[in-house]
Amino acid sequence: MHGYSGKILHIDLTTRKTRVEQKPEAWYKIYIGGVSMASRLCWENIEVGCDPLSPGNPICIANGLFAGTPVPVGGKYGMASKSPLTGFIGDSMSGSWLPVALKRARWDGIVIHGASDEWVRILVDDDKVEFHDASHLVGLGTTETEEAIREELGDDQVRSATIGPAGENLVRIANVSNDGRKAGRTGHGAVWGSKKLKALSIRGTHGVGVADPETLTKLSFDILQAAQGPHTQKYRILGTSSNVLNMNKMGLLPTRNYQQGVFEDAEMVSGEYLHEHYKAKTIACAQCPIACEQVGQVKEGPYAGAMGHVEYESLYALSSNCGVSSFPAVIQAITNCNELGLDTMSSGVTISWAMECYERGVFTKEDFKCEKYPEGFEANFGNGEAVVTLTEMIAHREGYMGNLLAEGTRRASAQVDEERGTETYKWAMDIKGLECPGYDARTLKTFALGLAVGTRGACHNRTAAYDPDIKGQVDRFSVDETRGELAKSTEEYAAVYDTLPLCKFIRRCFTGKADRAGAWPAIAQLINATTGWDFDYDDVDRIGERAHTIKKAFNIREGWTREDDHLPYRWQHDPMETGPSAGYVVTDEELEYLKDIYYEAKGWTNEGLIPKEKLIALGMDDVAEEIGV
Amino acid sequence: MPVSTSRYQYIANDPTKCIGCQVCEYICSYVKTGEFNTYRSRIRTVRAHKILMTAVTCRTCEDAPCVIACPRDALSQDPVTGVIHVDASRCNGCAWCIEACDFGAISINSETKLAEICDLCEDQEDGPQCIKWCPKESLELTTPDRRAQRARRKLAIEEVLGPRA
Repeated sequence: MHGYSGKILHIDLTTRKTRVEQKPEAWYKIYIGGVSMASRLCWENIEVGCDPLSPGNPICIANGLFAGTPVPVGGKYGMASKSPLTGFIGDSMSGSWLPVALKRARWDGIVIHGASDEWVRILVDDDKVEFHDASHLVGLGTTETEEAIREELGDDQVRSATIGPAGENLVRIANVSNDGRKAGRTGHGAVWGSKKLKALSIRGTHGVGVADPETLTKLSFDILQAAQGPHTQKYRILGTSSNVLNMNKMGLLPTRNYQQGVFEDAEMVSGEYLHEHYKAKTIACAQCPIACEQVGQVKEGPYAGAMGHVEYESLYALSSNCGVSSFPAVIQAITNCNELGLDTMSSGVTISWAMECYERGVFTKEDFKCEKYPEGFEANFGNGEAVVTLTEMIAHREGYMGNLLAEGTRRASAQVDEERGTETYKWAMDIKGLECPGYDARTLKTFALGLAVGTRGACHNRTAAYDPDIKGQVDRFSVDETRGELAKSTEEYAAVYDTLPLCKFIRRCFTGKADRAGAWPAIAQLINATTGWDFDYDDVDRIGERAHTIKKAFNIREGWTREDDHLPYRWQHDPMETGPSAGYVVTDEELEYLKDIYYEAKGWTNEGLIPKEKLIALGMDDVAEEIGV
Repeated sequence: MPVSTSRYQYIANDPTKCIGCQVCEYICSYVKTGEFNTYRSRIRTVRAHKILMTAVTCRTCEDAPCVIACPRDALSQDPVTGVIHVDASRCNGCAWCIEACDFGAISINSETKLAEICDLCEDQEDGPQCIKWCPKESLELTTPDRRAQRARRKLAIEEVLGPRA
């Protein structure tokens, strides 16, 4: 077998024992790597029905097929656990050098079971596994922890994934950090914290061999060169933050907790403004020739010293959606999230919910008491210092508000409504418990469907259904019979990239066309040169369907029903008053119709369950056995 | 202070262009070993800070300290190109050369346990492969003299025409 070692490493934190599991080539051909293999490992190793913060929930890491090879943008891996936010599959994908080290240590994946009594860090040193005391690392930020471990081990090629204080404190919107990149959403940090696992470090010293290195090298060089051309220009120059003004123009930029879609100060928090005033450097993930990551730096004023990774999704969440137009405050809030180990998106959306509660009189100043502001503070939209302070409070579960918001939007809202008899759920912006992304879906109706049926909740990465809406391929303001197929096709398209994984920003660099016909044959060549297999267009296409299916199967086994495919109350009942998206909602009737035609397109029952024969046709017989109908 | 030379060419990196992707390490190890392994790369990337990443390889010093330091005369310098050659039959991996190098440009091969030094891909028709592959044209074959000339030109332009000229 080429491209894989055929081995999964199991580490039990309770017993401090390890075991090696061999997997057959046929298993790899179905699950490939990244989010698909990680989700499959979660399917195989979880105690069904367990509390996500209990020892029965494993941390499942699956390497990328191309990690450690020169294939551009292939330095990525997948991570899956049952999400403490959603109770369903939490599958993340991250670019970093961790998977490169993992590949060189010759493991295809790692499953971490159980829980430790004391704070621990794990070192996987090629084929050896060591458990080290991590009590001295507790409280350190993510970058500090990585540096401290590198210093302890005296080897700068050791790569670590770490949690910050947020994960330690079981904050449900905490994430896992590596080389400044994140396994960002669905609350992995809390799962690590529940196991008292502060860091996983990997040293891999072996060379990476592939089936046909000459061909793989040549293919990689051509893609690398194409990645310097017009197909990636947007990403190379302004990065994802270039979306701010585009979304604002279309009335889709979440503003003041999704009450509006146009932010009057959008210019001041745009990618263009960042470029002009606060950009320190553009950097890349592992083996990426594009380099889209914009590092923002504040040099003067109260937030001098702040330095964080400014992505569009962090920007909308912590700026327009909180009404904040001070770029320095936003960079400070992003820096806090990066270093404390918080998901910037879920943090911003949870904070914007709290700000709306404050403006509507549900919360008062006293509810925001903390060490920095013993009398509390005014939490109006637009108050950048409030956002900055709240990120710190959430990570440390400080005060009433920090502890409340650490539970994420859905739980916080339910708790407040229960305690105070309010109806704050009407402005809780989550799907399945995961906070919404930076595109208002009231007038992106295909995307609304993609989000509603998303296996990990409101995630823009797992569905590309905004594409036909935004490009005008369909009428974004209405629904029609094509949307079920579109939602299916775009989520499976995204799943191919998330499984290999390759970054989607490379999608036009194979042939100039990003569609399946443009990309799949080229991706098949990369897979074949790496593994020696003979994958064709259809085999590549099936990667996405299988990846999505195993995640859905996981959810079904955890108790998913059709009602769980929902939209936030606001997107269904509360139209915007101004801007290009004014007057629209997704009605119940529209949503139910969209779900009907989506389940039909997927070949599922009207209840959203998967027929046995469908699973068997995908080579997932044992899954059919357990949840097929 | 580090010693270097104005005579020989070496591979220099511009940290303002470098994105830290490590592609240079992948391709170096592949060209030299047939496998992808950054531990066996003769160019080494450095992530010194969130916004400072660079790459370091042999600076082809004149009267190279590594050659002088080698107790077994395993290292020799090509008088024309300045490339340091390692005689594998003499090297025993004692690492004196590594200690002598002020640039951190020499490493011990993790498999053969012998010293390895960038040879500017003198065996490759199209020259150093790291330069060919660098996506941001951050690496170049140059001499300290040429870098000094460029610095003087840049300074003159900035002083007279302004930084954005």
